[in-house]
Amino acid sequence: MSLITVKNLSVGYEGKAVEEDISFEVGKGDYLCIVGENGSGKSTLMKTLLNLVESISGEILFGDGLKKNEIGYLPQQTQVQRDFPASVTEIVMSGFQARCGWRPFYTKEEKQEALAHMERLAILPLKDRCYRELSGGQQQRVLLARALCATQKLILLDEPVSGLDPKVTIEMYELIRELNKSGTTVIMITHDIEAALRYASHILHFGNRIFFGTREEYMESDEGSFFLQRMEVRKNG
Amino acid sequence: MDKLAEYLQIPFVQHALIAGVLIALCSSLLGVTLVLKRFSFIGDGLSHVAFGIMAIAAVLRLSNDMLLVMPLTILCAVLLLRTGQNTKIKGDAAIAMISVGALAFGYLLMNIFSTSGNLSGDVCSTLFGSTSILTISKKEVLVCIILSIVVVVSFILFYNKIFAVTFDEGFARASGVKAGLYNLIIAVITAVIIVLAMNLVGSLLISALIIFPALSAMRLFKSFKSVTICSAVLSLICALVGILISILTGTPVGSTIVATDAAGFLICWIVGEGLGAKK
Repeated sequence: MSLITVKNLSVGYEGKAVEEDISFEVGKGDYLCIVGENGSGKSTLMKTLLNLVESISGEILFGDGLKKNEIGYLPQQTQVQRDFPASVTEIVMSGFQARCGWRPFYTKEEKQEALAHMERLAILPLKDRCYRELSGGQQQRVLLARALCATQKLILLDEPVSGLDPKVTIEMYELIRELNKSGTTVIMITHDIEAALRYASHILHFGNRIFFGTREEYMESDEGSFFLQRMEVRKNG
Repeated sequence: MDKLAEYLQIPFVQHALIAGVLIALCSSLLGVTLVLKRFSFIGDGLSHVAFGIMAIAAVLRLSNDMLLVMPLTILCAVLLLRTGQNTKIKGDAAIAMISVGALAFGYLLMNIFSTSGNLSGDVCSTLFGSTSILTISKKEVLVCIILSIVVVVSFILFYNKIFAVTFDEGFARASGVKAGLYNLIIAVITAVIIVLAMNLVGSLLISALIIFPALSAMRLFKSFKSVTICSAVLSLICALVGILISILTGTPVGSTIVATDAAGFLICWIVGEGLGAKK
């Protein structure tokens, strides 16, 4: 049984479809990369999966015991966060909010768990630092730790490396790969097709037509081989 | 100093101090959230609305205008926060529209139906807060105490949720937090605070009471908790100092408190810059 099954889904805003007839499946432990040009509806699809935007038509089915509030999310940064006075711990802990319900405060166990996630992402030494003073890569790690507090089953990442320098980008990708290896299912939006080909198990491509399949299938498809050829040319030339 | 000690013996001065300090405490709590959510002007807009409703209450000759002003202001707060999200008229424009509209209608109503001989005095005191804080009755102090307790307790209970919704509403919503509900709670608490604070500083100066302590605290501290605590303490001190100065020198209470808050901001800014330069 798949974690998420999407059938003939159309996504968009206020009834206007940005992308139509999307179908794919995400199984437990998969690493799905969503690639495609700007404005092709990648972020809209993600927001629809997260229930932030209503779908226009089609179905999204959650299986394998996945509940709607068991999705971690690493959003693109918002303007508000740039000058927000908040410590790293405060932000990471806020990932527990969904499971709190009406309970007003966090438990000791939750605090321990948050510290463990910070340790895992190597941001424990920063725990009392102010979020807005951190570097871009550190900020992304903080938000990733928060997503892990929300759930370890499935995380959705919206362009997690945008604005990061090459070295930090690779570190971030490695971190996500490690999470995936330890059992977290990953769905990631990216512009970076090379990275998608290196890390993903499945690829969803928005272009002239929608492609969905495993990485191997993608490499043999028209869309994939187009990029592979270009990469070859760059390497040889 | 003798003069001050003598004044402090007088019951109505004591009442004014209690009420003033409580109102200042409450209004500073939500300041951080409102500033960070880019809602600084909501305080201003709502207070104008409250002014308009007060005018209606005065025309209707209601003996207890709180009963009308409070629910209607809460309603407006809810509507304003709603429009902040995704409508054709953007949040700030909606606030500007409603607030000046309410102000104009309020003044118009007062002018047409007023029976009082001193119209401009009435209007002025509703807008800038008169010396009325000194004539506050025992019953009003009691209402003030009860509402303050309600505000402080609900703020503490919802503290973590308010943080989550303020820092990243999208994430909160996505992970299953009822962000809409908590925004509603923020709106209601804001409205209660504003109606409370109208007695102290008048409707034009309320936003100062809400945003100054928060902005001052943000110069000095870097975590949400410390900023919140610092702004509450700052607000308390400024209100106390402001009221005492106004009693001693006979200046209007509301504007004296706001001036003290502004001075507090200046000090915090300089100290903050100094600390920043050292690093």
